[in-house]
Amino acid sequence: MSKEEKKVNRRDFLYTATYTVGAVGIGAVIWPMIDQMNPDKAQQALATTEVDISQIEPGKSITVLWRGKPVFLKRRTTEEIAEARAVSLDDLPDPQKDEDRVKDGKDEWLVMLGVCTHLGCVPLKDKGDYKGWFCPCHGSHYDISGRIRKGPAPKNMEIPKFEFVDNNTIKIG
Amino acid sequence: MAKFKLTKIFFLISIVFFPYSTHSAEQTDPIKINWSFKGLTGKFDRASLQRGFQVYKEVCASCHSMEYLTYRNLGEPGGPEFSEMEVKAIAASFEVIDGPDSQGEMFTRPGKPSDKFVSPHPNKEAAAAANGGAYPPDMSVLVKARKGGANYIYSVLVGYEDPPPGVTLDQGVYYNKYMIGNKIKMPNNLIEGLVDYADGTESTVDQMAKDVTTFLAWAAEPELEERHKTGVKVIIYLVLLTFLVYLSMKKIWSRIDTKV
Amino acid sequence: MSEQEYIPKSKAGKWLNDRLPILTLGAHLTDYPTPKNLNYWWTFGGILTFCLITQIVTGIVLAMHYVAHADLAFGSVEHIMRNVNYGWLIRYIHSNGASMFFLAVYIHILRSLFYGSYKSPREVIWIIGLMIYLLMMAAAFLGYVLPWGQMSFWGATVITNLFSAIPLVGESITTWLWGAYSVDNPTLNRFFSLHYLIPFLILGLVILHIWALHVPGNNNPVGIDIKKPSKDTVPFHPYITIKDAFALLVFMIIFAGFVFFTPNVLGHSDNYIPANPLVTPAHIVPEWYLLPFYAILRSVPDKLGGVILMFGSIFILFVLPWLDTSKVRSAVFRPIYRQFYWIFVFDVLMLGYMGAMPAEGIYLVLARVGTIYYFLHFLVVLPVVGYLEKTDPVPMSISDPVLTGGAEPSLAKKDNGKI
Repeated sequence: MSKEEKKVNRRDFLYTATYTVGAVGIGAVIWPMIDQMNPDKAQQALATTEVDISQIEPGKSITVLWRGKPVFLKRRTTEEIAEARAVSLDDLPDPQKDEDRVKDGKDEWLVMLGVCTHLGCVPLKDKGDYKGWFCPCHGSHYDISGRIRKGPAPKNMEIPKFEFVDNNTIKIG
Repeated sequence: MAKFKLTKIFFLISIVFFPYSTHSAEQTDPIKINWSFKGLTGKFDRASLQRGFQVYKEVCASCHSMEYLTYRNLGEPGGPEFSEMEVKAIAASFEVIDGPDSQGEMFTRPGKPSDKFVSPHPNKEAAAAANGGAYPPDMSVLVKARKGGANYIYSVLVGYEDPPPGVTLDQGVYYNKYMIGNKIKMPNNLIEGLVDYADGTESTVDQMAKDVTTFLAWAAEPELEERHKTGVKVIIYLVLLTFLVYLSMKKIWSRIDTKV
Repeated sequence: MSEQEYIPKSKAGKWLNDRLPILTLGAHLTDYPTPKNLNYWWTFGGILTFCLITQIVTGIVLAMHYVAHADLAFGSVEHIMRNVNYGWLIRYIHSNGASMFFLAVYIHILRSLFYGSYKSPREVIWIIGLMIYLLMMAAAFLGYVLPWGQMSFWGATVITNLFSAIPLVGESITTWLWGAYSVDNPTLNRFFSLHYLIPFLILGLVILHIWALHVPGNNNPVGIDIKKPSKDTVPFHPYITIKDAFALLVFMIIFAGFVFFTPNVLGHSDNYIPANPLVTPAHIVPEWYLLPFYAILRSVPDKLGGVILMFGSIFILFVLPWLDTSKVRSAVFRPIYRQFYWIFVFDVLMLGYMGAMPAEGIYLVLARVGTIYYFLHFLVVLPVVGYLEKTDPVPMSISDPVLTGGAEPSLAKKDNGKI
């Protein structure tokens, strides 16, 4: 390698290094500008809600707000549970067993995000062809387990992370 | 030949930075403490923050609000860093007004980490009424809101004295060497041994004043440690890039006869 | 170079350029022949562009979290500082950015004053620049009100009350500005709206400022007209861009020092006390960059007179190109003006210092002396010195150290007049 070539290489290396280090800095500056739009610490802190369920009669349901979205808590009757479990998985667009949608030993409690998986509307209870929920926006029918049966929605209604703090309290989130 | 010279400008600017001497003669300069959170890499003393919170909770909180703090802050990095369980226990020890419930009634419940610090009074007027007409200032950003910052707060806490001869004080007014105007409506609350520190530290007046001031300094600037850490990184990065750009500049300008 | 027709190499580029000659503009900016002797005082144009963009970007971000309501504004700023991801960083960049912006603009203006950049044929650049400066002051004032602390509130009260000095309609104007009978929630709301608007007006003026600059081209430390392109010039890129980048980085190090290690040193502690219409802070002072004007305002014992003089001290700059009678631009070749220049700089700094002091005793006397001298500088010193001063010989070109008319200064001056 001639002296001249060496010189050229060193210069190229300097410019490349400068550009690279500069680009890293620009990247590092852009991140805070993007991250500031993510949920802030106060929003994150509100990510759990505790609900008192002692007043809910079998067959009834309540709706609570969690992270700005409705959560349906339904205390199902034995007949309703039986009906949900009788459905063949082949009839379901999004096959899922009812057992997988509730907590073991707490079969009567269905806790799910009350948001239609189509475009985010809130379905109406005790409506539709399957006596579960019906979304009035674009006609999605859900069964008593909150599974999609008919209509444009692609998925069953989502089960959020939740746990039983005691027999009367559910913590969502 | 006089060019637009840097030295001249520095000289002129230095005139502007004459020590300001606006404070009145009655006020004594605050005591200067070598706080651990001072300086470019300053950090809070974790143990002191936890003790400071105890002093706040047991002494200050009966009059002063801290409305911009939440209990979860106590467990966040850069702060007192209580454990998650401790934060929950601290929060639960306060009664929080919540509601309305399904009946439209307000109710009280134990606090949660996401709750704001409970204020001792429902509003400013009530706070003033309960304290002889003087509103005890909210302490969330108190350290940033006072000239002299942490040094000033500490000095006022330990600056109670008997008034010098000739100074008469109204009922409910106290003499303080460091307070602006020397008159303060807050009584001297820090008495030796007042707080039973969980970590066994002896609760002298000086210790309590230092701890609670550290706590307030953190409350005002919870981002301080992250800010210092990021700052050091940013400056190192900028110096490196400046050096590279300087070399590149020299190279580019070496193509022509003019110097940069 | 820029004088020649630019033809894009690619077909797509040519298609676009025929419809919107944006590539021609890009080529013009890249190749723009720039005097090769520009010193570091000329890098502040680029630094100021950086400041403007930084303020706009961080400002838009802050507006996503800020609440312009008298009851919520203070708390929303604390929310930004405590909860928003990187909120503290973005807010401290924005608040210290205002100070850095003014620091840069003052150096930029002082450079112009020293090297005579405001003189023919660059008067329009100068005037647009002053309009930018005025808008900057408005934006800074409006922005300072938004956190709704004690200094915000009382600063807004004092500044809006300046308008009440106007005879007959003053009171009505003040009430109209407030939208209430004092500085209150409607005031805060409209100040927020205007604070958001002004930076974009500044951006428009900056484009005009650069456009106007590119007609005659840059002035330079020697202050002579140069042929472009010639051996006295270099293409803007990469020569000037890399130099600007270097200066900008040094500036950013200082900027970062403020943001990360002393973020509140340029502010006032009273602004961390929520606005209270019942109590005025003991010492109200504006931010440091407005102090000289504040000193001029307070040095006049008459309300209307003070306001007129304060605004006059800025508006007199608009006629500066016609007050300075000297044909030689650069102070390098003006031995007498050079002395007065530094006296003037000292005077402004002194006024700034007096603006921070209580308006009483010796401070008031010095503020008055400073105010009188400020106006004397423009109205008497500049016209007279321009006529009487015997300037030093000026070189023919930047590369050529040969002086006009050899060693004979009188010839040099004569020749110089033709430039």
